[in-house]
Amino acid sequence: MEHQPPPFFKRGPAPLALLSFYVAIAVALLVIDARLQALDVVRQALSLFTHPLQQLAHLPAHSVAGAGDYFVSLAHLREENARLQQARIEKATTLLRTQQLEVENERLRKLLGVRERQQASGQVAQILYAARDPYTRRIVIDKGQQDQIAAGLPVIDDAGVVGQVTRVFPFVAEVTLITDKEQAVPVQIVRTGQRSVVFGLGNGQLELRFLPANADVQNGDVLVTSGLDGIFLPGFPVARVVHVERDTSYSFARIFCMPLAGVENFSEVIVLEQRPPVALPTELTPAAGGREAKAAKSTQARKKRLRRD
Amino acid sequence: MQTSYRSSARILLPVRPWFIACSLAVALLLNLLPTAAWPGLPDWLALVLVFWSVREPRRVGMGLAFLAGIAMDVADAGLLGQHALAYVLAVYGGGALSRRILWFPLAQQALHVLPLLLLVQLVQVAVRLVAGADFPGFGYFLGPLLATLLWPVLTFALLLPQHQPVDHDANRPL
Repeated sequence: MEHQPPPFFKRGPAPLALLSFYVAIAVALLVIDARLQALDVVRQALSLFTHPLQQLAHLPAHSVAGAGDYFVSLAHLREENARLQQARIEKATTLLRTQQLEVENERLRKLLGVRERQQASGQVAQILYAARDPYTRRIVIDKGQQDQIAAGLPVIDDAGVVGQVTRVFPFVAEVTLITDKEQAVPVQIVRTGQRSVVFGLGNGQLELRFLPANADVQNGDVLVTSGLDGIFLPGFPVARVVHVERDTSYSFARIFCMPLAGVENFSEVIVLEQRPPVALPTELTPAAGGREAKAAKSTQARKKRLRRD
Repeated sequence: MQTSYRSSARILLPVRPWFIACSLAVALLLNLLPTAAWPGLPDWLALVLVFWSVREPRRVGMGLAFLAGIAMDVADAGLLGQHALAYVLAVYGGGALSRRILWFPLAQQALHVLPLLLLVQLVQVAVRLVAGADFPGFGYFLGPLLATLLWPVLTFALLLPQHQPVDHDANRPL
């Protein structure tokens, strides 16, 4: 026996129907976001609402930190000042000669006919907070689209490479740290000049992969960016090798490194400017590829026509 | 207001919609606090959503849960839809259980809520594992346990505005 409920008992669609509706939307969003990465505009629009809320939520933490800064003891500041003076004088010798060396290098390069090295320049940004997502290593900085930050720009601090900008919002940007599991940086070992790629492990360490078990790598070797990716300028320190496992049953050595930059600390970072795009070989440029593809298509069409005739 | 275990002891006033909105906003703010360093903190928004879905299933439904989840996803830098999916499932569970849960004393209500809150975390772990992330460690599941312990406190705090003054009248004892 079916009873039709009186109209004032009507409660909209059945809960199960609503549930399947919302679950379907959520799953569709997940798939689009994870596989196609096509929802950045939606994110940016929504962040206009969540960003003020986040700022509000971070107010207490910031004010507590600010109050802490205010009450830092005089002795501590003096000690820090002395340390910085010392460091400045120690670095002065190399710094003073760097200018001369750069000029000399530029002149020699001109003599050799090699393209000039690009000067590193960028803008300073403040780290606002670490993203709450426990699965990734990301930080949020206080520069966004307003300051011409774009996805893909490299981020460094005073000691080395921090990561890469992955998402840009109107006022803030997300930086994926080099320790993230999905982040890879092409590097060069300073001592030997060997090139490789260093991957994040997700636990604050990095791993140098795909080097043979007898590779010439030692504890304490410093890795710098090789610049082969066309994103990072060459020569920025990335990590130091802390542990090398050589197991003859595997063809590759397991090499663990610690990042040199204060990757997981709260401080200031520099977002570098975009490198000028490296010219691709002519056979790889999209225009040539397109022409080839078009030519192939037209020959196919001609063959078809011939067959039909 | 629904029948509940203590309804004979105390009759509650009807809930005010703005109070539900305010409590959800406060929970969202608590979730946005910079607490990435402490993984064991409860998901306040999930807890408050489940609370209202149990208490007022006709006012707090899956649509609200979906919107709250999307807001969390954007703020959290996670996958878009991950919180939304988890919250929608939890609120559906809360709504379906609401007629049953309220007949139990608070401690047993908390035991009913624990699986719902664990579901929120489990759904998110499953989504991220499928998307290729690492398992974040068992500290991630401490949040729901802590939230379950907070259930009686939360019930008291969020029902305060609905309490009537205890005013015994000799002629009309109810």
